[in-house]
Amino acid sequence: MAVQNLPLAKALNESLRKALETDPKVVIMGLDVGKLGGVFRITDGLQKDFGEDRVVDTPLAESGIVGTAIGLALRGYRPVVEIQFDGFVFPAYDQIVTQLAKMRARSLGTVKMPVVIRIPYGGGIGAVEHHSESPESLFAHVAGLKVVTPANSSDAYWMLQQAIQSDDPVIFFEPKRRYWDKGEVDTEAFPGELHKARVAREGTDLTLAAYGPMVKTCLEAAAVAAEEGKSVEVVDLRSISPLDFDTIQASVEKTRRLVVVHEAPVFFGSGAEIAARITERCFYHLEAPVLRVGGYHAPYPPARLEEEYLPGLDRVLDAVDRSLAY
Amino acid sequence: MTVESTAARKTTRRSSGAKRTTSAASAKKASAAQGTEPELVQLLTPEGERVQHPDYDIDLSAEELRGLYRDMVLTRRFDAEATSLQRQGELGLWASLLGQEAAQIGSGRALRDDDYVFPTYREHGVAWVRGVDPTNLLGMFRGVNHGGWDPSSNNFHLYTIVLGSQTLHATGYAMGIAKDGADSAVLAYFGDGASSQGDVNESFVFSAVYNAPVVFFCQNNQWAISEPIEKQTRVPLYQRASGFGFPGVRVDGNDVLACLAVTRSALERARRGEGPTLVEAFTYRMGAHTTSDDPTRYRRDAERAEWEAKDPILRLKTYLENEGHADAAFFEELEAESEALGKSVREAVRAMPVPEHMAIFDHTYADGHALVDEERAQFAAYQASFAAGEGE
Repeated sequence: MAVQNLPLAKALNESLRKALETDPKVVIMGLDVGKLGGVFRITDGLQKDFGEDRVVDTPLAESGIVGTAIGLALRGYRPVVEIQFDGFVFPAYDQIVTQLAKMRARSLGTVKMPVVIRIPYGGGIGAVEHHSESPESLFAHVAGLKVVTPANSSDAYWMLQQAIQSDDPVIFFEPKRRYWDKGEVDTEAFPGELHKARVAREGTDLTLAAYGPMVKTCLEAAAVAAEEGKSVEVVDLRSISPLDFDTIQASVEKTRRLVVVHEAPVFFGSGAEIAARITERCFYHLEAPVLRVGGYHAPYPPARLEEEYLPGLDRVLDAVDRSLAY
Repeated sequence: MTVESTAARKTTRRSSGAKRTTSAASAKKASAAQGTEPELVQLLTPEGERVQHPDYDIDLSAEELRGLYRDMVLTRRFDAEATSLQRQGELGLWASLLGQEAAQIGSGRALRDDDYVFPTYREHGVAWVRGVDPTNLLGMFRGVNHGGWDPSSNNFHLYTIVLGSQTLHATGYAMGIAKDGADSAVLAYFGDGASSQGDVNESFVFSAVYNAPVVFFCQNNQWAISEPIEKQTRVPLYQRASGFGFPGVRVDGNDVLACLAVTRSALERARRGEGPTLVEAFTYRMGAHTTSDDPTRYRRDAERAEWEAKDPILRLKTYLENEGHADAAFFEELEAESEALGKSVREAVRAMPVPEHMAIFDHTYADGHALVDEERAQFAAYQASFAAGEGE
């Protein structure tokens, strides 16, 4: 059966299984990825089926995990690394930025770095400090890395395999609060391009651009707006670096209004980049300035306050109203 | 700096370092970080006298001994030429290996072709024995690339500037060797300063846990720019290995025979599947950290003089002469070869082309990237606008 209804987490698991089956050079590494199957069970059962040599439990040292993955890649392997939570990636940030991202350029293209770093990211699950952050802009800013994030089960399944097949390092952000959302996965359908955005809902009055966990929020906002007689288009960016500005531009030329939504702090965030470029590309089409909805310039708050911090339906709809008021 | 000019400054002070063997009793005595000679593995004294060691003996032919000498002399000549080229403005920076020739040639000559090397940015001697074109090493210092060679062509990885990062790459590579079921090994270089880095310590953890076939070769040259070894550690560095569960050994880093013997033994151990070893080569950086640095601000002249008496090249020369392993003709020919190398390096540096403007965008990604494509096109149009202007 090619089409299955799977939770996003299970789609990732199936994707990893497929990658391990397809290519003997694929190696999964990380804390607790073996017997436990990862803290979110994304690697559940894989060590049992593929052995400790393919699904490698590592010491508790993020820089070591990424640094040794680089060495394995130099030896011809395709490591898929799991970082347990967004806020734990920083001990490995040096290896990712100074080594992984630049190895190919420094070797004048003679070296490939097919390393995938999976990071469950974002808030909304009531976690403690360092377990709810959205650091995607910090990676998108670095040349040599690619940054992607699926918003549904189908993309989780296909984008992860495409990331593993890429000869470039890919930071693969997983929207952890959507892990348990079910969606259809066609394991035989020809996948779309990894770095192409997708119009998730058609509309004519305004474009909401979002990725990862905020796509669902924006789709819900668009549904509410429709009840109020507003036609909102939702673009799921899917890839943050490279970013598919053509698809956003086409949408904005149609709707003439853009609101970018993400969980990460707005300041110097991906929304700023999108606003600047779309303003450049669509200056004469825009009826309103590009607005942004996102996190504040404050440490991610304690869980009891996260619903205030995270963009929810009301904040997105408020931005929609402000844009339409111009 | 030539062998002769170092010789001219050679002191007659007799080192107390000619202890013949390591003993448990003497090992206990050395607790200071710089813990002097008692624990050193040494096969050739600073006076050029061959001594025995119960664990690390080595038997080399006269030809092999001359080969090691030749490697050290040519490496020093190359290094001196690069230093001169920096002073003349041909290189933006140079990290000299002066004084560390024995550590690098000895360890490097212990390698097999199918072994893999992860250097820092000072392993010019190791690059030499791996057959890397010396010109390749100069590209990053001249500012025409950030490395620029294919690491797989000589199994010699790119220089790594961020301290200690490469020890993890080495460990990962060694884990890959083990997965492949191959019997080659990895030699990872780092310095006393890098030993403080988290990555080096993480690489010790990973290599021990996975029993990876990697040899960590720490050149303790006593200084991390201006910070002395006392600012890095309270125990001799080689002793750290025991805390991670693998052997550590301190070798006289100015003794090419001992460096060769100890590294060879450690690599064989790795090949047998017995895991990592830490080798601490106790040596000295005779020059500055790099040409940007001024050692007179932080260290005593007497210290350098003390180490000049332990010069790695002179002691082997003395041994070769005393044993009749090399005649005057050998030294004369080598001097000529040395001068020719210097000249060819100089010419090669000056002939090194500045990359095309568009090279800024090359090799950032293997599979392309829309933003890079866009910016490349913008930059090309910008460059072309000058050409159009010139045509008017």
